[in-house]
Amino acid sequence: MGFYFAQFLTGLASASSLFLVASGLSIIFGVTRIVNFAHGSFFMLGAYLAYSFVDLMPHGILGFWGSVIAASLAVGLVGVVLEVTLFRRIYKAPELFQLVATFGVVLVIQDVALWIWGAEDLFGPRAPGLDGVVRIFDEPIPEYDLMLIVLGPMVLLAVWLLFNRTRWGTLVRAATQDREMVSALGVNQNWLFTSVFFVGSTLAGLGGAVQLPREAANLLMDLNVIGEAFVVVVVGGMGSVPGAFLASVLIGELNAFGILIFPEITLVLAFLVMGIVLILRPWGLLGRPDAVLRGASGPQEEPLKELTSTSKIIVGIGVVGLFLLPLFVDDFIVVLLVDILIFTLFAASLHLIMGPGGLVSFGHAAYFGLGAYGAALGVKYLGVDMLGGLALAPIAAGLGALIFGWFCVRLSGVYLAMLTLAAAQIVWAVAFQWQDVTGGDDGLLGVWPAEWASDKQAYYYLTLTLVGAGLYFLRKIAFSPFGYALRAGRDSPLRIEALGVNLKTQQWAAFVISGIFAGFAGGLYVYSKGSIFPDELSISRSVDGLVMVLLGGIQSLLGPIIGAISFTFLEDFITRFDYWRIIFGSTILFVVVVAPQGIAGFFRTILPEKITGNRKDGGSS
Amino acid sequence: MRVCKSLFNVVLVGVSLFVFAGSPSVVLAKDTIKIGEINSYTRLPAFTEPYKKGWKLAVEQINDSGGLLGRKLEVISRDDAGKPGNAVKIAEELVSKDKVSLLAGTFFSHIGLAVTDFAKHKKVLFIASEPLSDAIVWSKGNAYTFRLRPSTYVQSAMLAEEAAKLPAKRWATIAPNYAYGKDAVKAFKEVLMQLRPDVEFVGEQWPALFKIDAGSTVRAIEATKPEAIFNVTFGGDLAKFVREGSLRGLFEGREVASLLTGEPEYLDPLKGEAPIGWIVTGYPRDFIKDKAHQEYVDAYQAKYSELPKTGSLVGYNTILSIAAAIKKAGTTDRDSLLAAMKDLSFDSPSGPIVFRALDHQSTMGAWVGRTALKDGKGVMVDWRYADGADYLPGAEKVKMLRPAN
Repeated sequence: MGFYFAQFLTGLASASSLFLVASGLSIIFGVTRIVNFAHGSFFMLGAYLAYSFVDLMPHGILGFWGSVIAASLAVGLVGVVLEVTLFRRIYKAPELFQLVATFGVVLVIQDVALWIWGAEDLFGPRAPGLDGVVRIFDEPIPEYDLMLIVLGPMVLLAVWLLFNRTRWGTLVRAATQDREMVSALGVNQNWLFTSVFFVGSTLAGLGGAVQLPREAANLLMDLNVIGEAFVVVVVGGMGSVPGAFLASVLIGELNAFGILIFPEITLVLAFLVMGIVLILRPWGLLGRPDAVLRGASGPQEEPLKELTSTSKIIVGIGVVGLFLLPLFVDDFIVVLLVDILIFTLFAASLHLIMGPGGLVSFGHAAYFGLGAYGAALGVKYLGVDMLGGLALAPIAAGLGALIFGWFCVRLSGVYLAMLTLAAAQIVWAVAFQWQDVTGGDDGLLGVWPAEWASDKQAYYYLTLTLVGAGLYFLRKIAFSPFGYALRAGRDSPLRIEALGVNLKTQQWAAFVISGIFAGFAGGLYVYSKGSIFPDELSISRSVDGLVMVLLGGIQSLLGPIIGAISFTFLEDFITRFDYWRIIFGSTILFVVVVAPQGIAGFFRTILPEKITGNRKDGGSS
Repeated sequence: MRVCKSLFNVVLVGVSLFVFAGSPSVVLAKDTIKIGEINSYTRLPAFTEPYKKGWKLAVEQINDSGGLLGRKLEVISRDDAGKPGNAVKIAEELVSKDKVSLLAGTFFSHIGLAVTDFAKHKKVLFIASEPLSDAIVWSKGNAYTFRLRPSTYVQSAMLAEEAAKLPAKRWATIAPNYAYGKDAVKAFKEVLMQLRPDVEFVGEQWPALFKIDAGSTVRAIEATKPEAIFNVTFGGDLAKFVREGSLRGLFEGREVASLLTGEPEYLDPLKGEAPIGWIVTGYPRDFIKDKAHQEYVDAYQAKYSELPKTGSLVGYNTILSIAAAIKKAGTTDRDSLLAAMKDLSFDSPSGPIVFRALDHQSTMGAWVGRTALKDGKGVMVDWRYADGADYLPGAEKVKMLRPAN
């Protein structure tokens, strides 16, 4: 009995620290609609700053808690600076575009932290006055855990009071519901958003700072915490702080008791919980259906246009150029081009559901990886040749998309995105854990192209042909009746249903098609690398895809292509430098600020009408 | 606008660096021996930075004393960002564009394996310096890949040997849930059961790598009432495990055998809370008084004003291996180098090392001892150097483990 009670308390303590991080994320999302990947970086900064302050300040209870508060506020200020200089400029960009900016911020903060605090883990002191244990039912419970158990609900209460009992809170809630109305009533939204960012970042900093007596400040904290923080926010219901608290407790306790029965479960438990909750309650435990977002999702998207005759000629020249290129360049450039082509197809497949489909996927790597694993497993267990492997890849990915898609299209907005993420994490966990079949994280090796395609240039031509065909089909689909119906469903679900189109089936089909092409890209990828590891299914691969699509410009069919080319090319060249992440991150931030409509969108505004097909005098958008 | 400008400057600096400096390989004279080196420098700087310092020191020393075969050694080093796909792409570039004589490096086992397979397919010599996975030389071993660092199996066997001397019979294990953790627990169990058939394993914990929920895990181990614990967690996980474990009295009256915990990379960050009396493998760099080692430490300290870590030694020995192979071969063509690597022996700061022709594993060893606190920081005491050769399996067993080439 005592033992289980102690385990329960341990679970509560973990829940509290999870809640502190997640609450800030939930607040920021609820109000600004920014999916803030940099929240984990704020958490990490909190821990590092607390470490430095504890070192500087007099040791003792006051010094310690003073440092914690100072660190939280400092992180809050960092948040404010980012909001004012960066996010404020891109609120009008297409929905989710801010995500690219937060991705850039993550990269920059990683290198800044490495530069300031060095590579070694920094183990902070225990909290003075709370460094012992108390015996409850004769079981040792750390005093600091008890403090955390109290701190979580206290923060919850404080946040609740702030939002429900102050004028500021009323305004923020009003802005969450209807931004236009609030600004019509003469409230300065800018400052409201800045202050929300301050509160959210401060909470992230506090979450990191109070972790100091529990874990060493290290450079992996940011990415380690962000996944679970998102899960908590979504399970609780985006924007609902009490929901986040409930979700933290749920996950903390399931974890504490889960490891008694099935220790390996920690790998994927949080994501499993999220998947189940979202299937049963599409808006999380305490969430409400998405509020109307007027004016928030950027300028109305223009209808897609067929290529003008001038641009057809340009594309034609480009294709011929790509076929001739290997005659003029280094062998290695050919290898890089294969990478670029593969990611182009990957990004374009993601764009099909994100752009025309309006369904955001945070877990597109699942289909890329399923394709790669499909081919690799085929080679290993069925002994198929390369063409067999390349045929299995889209089949495996398509089957995966068929299953997951059915669940996912029932949701919308960020919830849908998070369910795709949960699906991807589950696939990742299976690949990771099922060592006997998938090789676990040691992966599958020896998947090389057949003799006739093993030459670099031969493989390049193969990839070019297949990717070219894939892109052509994706484009054809966008302009087919199916594509038009898909876009109609995105822009006005009610009307398309009234016209007798089954929107869900339509979206499900788009999901599967997109999965098939991603799987195809995965198949080509595994043959170009010779091996496959669970990394290709991981969150970071999905995020790469998102960044490619958004950076390129989500409102154009050329966007993902341009995005994938610039992203892959840039990454390849910039990783040659020592502090490359800061350069890469800053470059992305620079592009984001200059071209909030994405690179393709940017060029559409400056290139002549002959190429874009835009009438400059149209002016209505 | 100020931000725009400063961002713009950063980009500008980046671009101009690139344009003016060109890629690193262009600047140096053409007549060098080129070595391609790949590692996860940004993903895990805590372990790869000391490693980089180690190999840089060795390259500098070799070039200062006239180089090899009358040519300078040039290492083209690249960051794989922790992605196996990137590592393969970089390997491809190093081989086809930079024309390196051989590849070296990698830290993560899966990236090591990706490059191992690349080496096999493209028939390039690859010296895997840091990855621990047994698969690199055994189940996925090939004619072109050699590995320097003592493997998971070897280091686990060293600990199992010490563990067998303890009276404890009920063991619990805790290891990160991925291949390295699984392999280590498997090897430890196998060797310990051989030496002590009366031992039983009463519990296993598999926290996700770098995401340990230490409090709950510690309690779960406690619940199985073990007499001793075998730990494989490291880095941030280890710090959490140690703190939560000692708070909750998990280590009171229990022996702990802990893999790699004596390595400065993992022991140093624990500072005054380093565990006391754990049996560990590691690297007591400040106490090894052999002349070769002392000279190495002095040179390292002179260059970087800090003590070397395990990674530094591995990096340093990587270059020594390559240098020894080139000297023995008298040329840098692949086949001669491959032949030279077999049974290649040379002296390193950590003692003589031989690359076994049998399975391409080096006999570089590790230090086994107990942890203690000295002047408020963790150190190793009662240590001895365990030569890898004494723990590696013989020809019979290797034949079963390794595919015929």
